[in-house]
Amino acid sequence: MSKVLATISVERAFGPVVEGEAVLSSEGFSPRYDLDRWSGVITKRGHKLEGVQIRDTILFFPTAKGGVAAGWAFSDIRSKSIAPKAFVFGRTNPVMVQGAVFANITITEGWSQDPFEVVRTGDVVRIDPGRKVIEVLSRKAT
Amino acid sequence: MELSFKEQAMLRGEMGEPVRNALKLQLEVGKFYGARRFVRVKNVHMMGDIEVMGDSGLEYLRCTREKRAHCSVDITTNARCADFAHAEALGQDMGEIAKERTLIGYLADMNVMTTDTCINYQTLYQPHLGEHVAWGDTGTVIYANSVFGARSNFEAGPAALAAGLTGRTPEYGFHLDEHRRGTFVVKVDATLGDFAGWGALGKIVGESHQDYFSVPVFDGIGSAPTSDGFKHLGASLASYGSMAMFHMVGVTPEAPTVEQALGGRTSAETMTVRQADIDAVFRRYDIGDGRCNLVVFSGPQQSLFEMKCLAELFAGKRVHPGSRVFVTTAHSILADARRLGYAQALEAAGVTILAGVCFYILQNLSQMRIANGWTNLVSNSAKLVNTITAHRFNTILRRTAECVEVAVSGVVK
Repeated sequence: MSKVLATISVERAFGPVVEGEAVLSSEGFSPRYDLDRWSGVITKRGHKLEGVQIRDTILFFPTAKGGVAAGWAFSDIRSKSIAPKAFVFGRTNPVMVQGAVFANITITEGWSQDPFEVVRTGDVVRIDPGRKVIEVLSRKAT
Repeated sequence: MELSFKEQAMLRGEMGEPVRNALKLQLEVGKFYGARRFVRVKNVHMMGDIEVMGDSGLEYLRCTREKRAHCSVDITTNARCADFAHAEALGQDMGEIAKERTLIGYLADMNVMTTDTCINYQTLYQPHLGEHVAWGDTGTVIYANSVFGARSNFEAGPAALAAGLTGRTPEYGFHLDEHRRGTFVVKVDATLGDFAGWGALGKIVGESHQDYFSVPVFDGIGSAPTSDGFKHLGASLASYGSMAMFHMVGVTPEAPTVEQALGGRTSAETMTVRQADIDAVFRRYDIGDGRCNLVVFSGPQQSLFEMKCLAELFAGKRVHPGSRVFVTTAHSILADARRLGYAQALEAAGVTILAGVCFYILQNLSQMRIANGWTNLVSNSAKLVNTITAHRFNTILRRTAECVEVAVSGVVK
C-alpha cells in the first residue's frame, strides 16, 4: 500500500475504493449548470474550473448546486467514458447521491478539515468509502 | 434499515427484478443518509428525457420495461427536451428526437403518465399537509415541502422511478421533522412584486447559503406571493441554494410564527434583504453590447395566469425582427390558453409557445445557440438564468414587463 501523506475523514460515503488526480474547486457543482455532458469539460462562463476536463479525476466541491439532472447524467457521462472517479463534496444533496449510486461512482459528503489545507489540484488521492477517508498518496510534481 | 415483510419480499425478488433493483438503489441511498426505514408514497413525479439520460438511460429503460416493470402508484413526468411540433424548425437533432418518442413509449408501458410538466403542483396534484411524496425537479420539491407542507426530498430520475415501482422512499431529510425546522431567518424589507423580484430574493438567499439542509424562514413579507410568486421564489432557492424547503411566517402552513418555524431552535443567523439588495441583483448583470435577440419565459413552465399576463403585455406589439421569444408551458395550460385566446395573442405578436418542455433542457441547445447567434438571453426567471449557463449563454434577469420591452426592441438596458 502506498505511503499516506495526509488523511481527511468524511461523514458519509458510497462506492468503490478509487485513486486518482485531485481537482479542487472553491465553487459548487451541477452537471446541468456547469458541465458540457458531451465533452466532460466545465463550460459555465466564469466557473472556477472553467475549461477543466473532469474525466478520471477526483473532484472536490464545497457544495452541490440545484438541479435534478445528476440522477441520470452521472450514468450518462460514465457510459461516455468522461466521468470522474469520485465526487467529494463538503455539502451535497440527494440528487448527487442518487445519481452516483445509480452510476456506481464513488461519492462522499462532509470533511474533517478543509481539503484546500491539505490537498492541491494534481495530487494523487485515494478515496476509501468503507473507511470513510480521503488519503493523499503523492504530491503533484512542481 | 428496518424492512417490512413486503420490503423483504421485494428484496428477494418476489415482485420481480425491476422492483428488487429499485429497492436496492433506494436502500443504498437510505444507507448513505442513515435512514431507518421506508415511508409509503402515493404520488411520484420523475424527470426522464433523452437530453439528460442519453443512450445509456434509454437502454436502462428498455431493459427495465422488458422485465415487465409496472409502477404501482401514480407517477407523472417532468418537462422534457422536445416539443415535437417545433423540434425540426428549432434545429433539434431528429435522431435524438426519435429516441425521445421511444423513451416516452417505454415510460407509458411502465404505467408512467407522461404529463411532461414541471408545475405538477399547479396542474396535477396537490398533496396534503404531512403527506409523503417522491418528487423530482427541485422546484416541485421545494413547493411541496414549503407551500403544501407535504414531505419530499429531491428525487432524481432513477430514484423517482424506483419510488414509482416500490411505492415507497427512504425516510431521511425532509420526511423527518428535525430537518423541516428553519435554520436561519431572512427579514425582508423590500417590495418584490414581479416574479423576477421573488426570484432575485431566492438568488440572494440561496447563493449565500448553498446547503440542501438550510431552511430559510422569511419574515416581514408585506404581501404574500401568489402561487406563481412562490413558484419563482422556490425554484430560485432550489437552483442557487440547492434548498428543498423554506418557511414564510404567517403564510406557509408550518410557520404560524417565527418561533414555530424554527421549531424551538435558536436561529443561528438573521439576514436582512432590503430593496437596495434586490435592485442590485438586476444591476449586476453584464449586458455586453446591449443587443439581445433572445427572450425566454420558462423555468418553470408558465401557469395560465402568467400566460394571460404575457398576452396582455404583448397586445398590439411585435417581437423585434431577428429576435426570438419563447414561452414554455404545460400541455394542459396551453389547451386552456388557446381556448381563452391568450395563446393566439402571443403568437400574433411573434412569440413561440412550446408545450411540455422547459427551455433550458431543450435537446441540442448549445448548437441552437450558435446557429442562431444567441449570446445574451433575457428572462424573468432567476432559475433559468442560472440553469442554462453550461450552454455558454450570457444570461440577464429582468422583470416581466422589461423582458417584453427587450423582446420588442432587441435591446437590453
